[in-house]
Amino acid sequence: MKISREEVLRVAQLAHLELAPEEVETYRGQLDEILSYIGKLQELDVSGVEPMSQMGPQQGPGMAGGAKGATAAAGAEHELRDDVVVPCNVAEAVLAEAPDAAKPFFRVPKVIER
Amino acid sequence: MSVAPTWTIASVRDALLAKKTSARELAKDFYAQIERRNPEINAFLALCPERAYAQADRVDTAIARGQPLGSLAGVPVAIKDVISTKGVRTTCGSKILENYTPPYDATAIERLENAGAVILGKTNCDEFAMGSSNENSAYGPVRNPVALDRVPGGSSGGSAAAVAAGLSVAALGTDTGGSIRQPGAYCGVPALMPTYGRVSRYGLIAFASSLDRIGPFATNIADAATVMSVIAGHDSNDSTSAAVDVPDYAAEMEKSLGGLRIGVPEDYFGEGLDPELRAKIQAGIALLEKLGCKRVPLKMPHTDYAIATYYIVATAEASSNLARYDGVRYGLRVQGNTLMDMYRRTREHGFGPEVKRRIMLGTYALSSGYYDAYYLRAQKVRALIARDFANAFEKVDAILTPTAPTPAFKLGEKTADPLEMYLADIYTVTGSLAGVPGISVPCGKTAAGLPIGMQIFASHFAEARILQLARGFEKAGGFST
Repeated sequence: MKISREEVLRVAQLAHLELAPEEVETYRGQLDEILSYIGKLQELDVSGVEPMSQMGPQQGPGMAGGAKGATAAAGAEHELRDDVVVPCNVAEAVLAEAPDAAKPFFRVPKVIER
Repeated sequence: MSVAPTWTIASVRDALLAKKTSARELAKDFYAQIERRNPEINAFLALCPERAYAQADRVDTAIARGQPLGSLAGVPVAIKDVISTKGVRTTCGSKILENYTPPYDATAIERLENAGAVILGKTNCDEFAMGSSNENSAYGPVRNPVALDRVPGGSSGGSAAAVAAGLSVAALGTDTGGSIRQPGAYCGVPALMPTYGRVSRYGLIAFASSLDRIGPFATNIADAATVMSVIAGHDSNDSTSAAVDVPDYAAEMEKSLGGLRIGVPEDYFGEGLDPELRAKIQAGIALLEKLGCKRVPLKMPHTDYAIATYYIVATAEASSNLARYDGVRYGLRVQGNTLMDMYRRTREHGFGPEVKRRIMLGTYALSSGYYDAYYLRAQKVRALIARDFANAFEKVDAILTPTAPTPAFKLGEKTADPLEMYLADIYTVTGSLAGVPGISVPCGKTAAGLPIGMQIFASHFAEARILQLARGFEKAGGFST
């Protein structure tokens, strides 16, 4: 068994999910099957392999793991915009989507106890 | 069974210029078709006639005045419901965003409309694009227009079905592990996943940020190329979009196939591939050889590890991206006594079972004590899979594989077993992990009349090579192999 009932509850708590009692065993069984399948990754020797932690132009994936002849990102340049302040008058539109807004704030249940 | 698509981008343009119809009339005709067929297919979640007719009128005015037209002028298109459309409800197929209306347009949307496209509405999909059958939508499954008792594939099932049923001329979908290509294969339409970074994702609601891509569905390769020309290219609003020149796809795709080296990896033709599909794909490859391509046998030894890798990487990223749905700023809120209560109740009520499953799997893989064994190891295996592709592209110009191991399966057939559902993506997730572009093109049908898809991969930013092969294949009759 890869994952216990207690671990499912711990993970649900970390993910801010409130599971119904009958869901716990369903997820445990399914996650167990999936994790058992994923266990096949342990078969591979990955010593000396650099994890591919970034996609995109700044580090083409073909370069990951030191593969030579990187086909990635031929001529791709990572571009950052100039660091200047630009107008951003979106508060009204954004707050219009809020479940409970008290302009210019989002209202939530009390967070700080005195 | 289905009403075959009758319009193409070129035929729309011709009809408009010859004044045989107007953009408004055309939009009206498409809405009439949608009204008639959507109750059965469930491809559309929302329609936006006001916006569509306003755009159509702009196109008609431009025609009346003899002004130059954009390449998609008057073309009715459909948009997967994970791409933001200003003022048009965007749900991601989820209850948690049931009443969400984005305050801005995605860059891809802006570019389509600047080119004259008429957006008809938003298409159904698996919740937050998580699924391979469209059965994970909170708004009911889509039915495959080719065979109504079967799934259209997923997660972009609504977009694929809309195009296949002639309810839109083209559509946008998104692909994270196969979500454009696999429904394209199941519904029998060309479906292109561009290179990671090729198309701006500004306004795309994130699932897995190192994998998500926007790309087109169309009924023919020329149309796919036209849509790509419109949506591709750098965008200062998306720091992951690449500043790489966009070639003239329409010209590139007409080049002869003579001398192209096509790699055929044995790892994609093993156990699990339906024999009927194997025969058709082999016939498709033989046709390409007849057109002058040179077949090169390949080994891509890490293919078999791609699903396991994908379901760690994608779920880990999803668990982080979906943390934003907490009932505070937008979407559903379920009240609680404390802030934490509110978070938990909102997420419990708002998310469907597959989304919760993936959030939990991703949270587990990233959690203390398991990070090295799962997430870090998966990132290393991902590098090995990318290396398989890099090595292959030193020897070949493109890689040919089946898109999926089986044709479209029946509704309900795989819903009880999440792992079995995941394996429907076994041939598509590899290219997703490597960041390379890939297309699915029709390659005949099974004896029962179900579409078969052939997948073509090329190296990063070589969409032109993919379109060239796909176009050559189409011209030679390959779609009805």
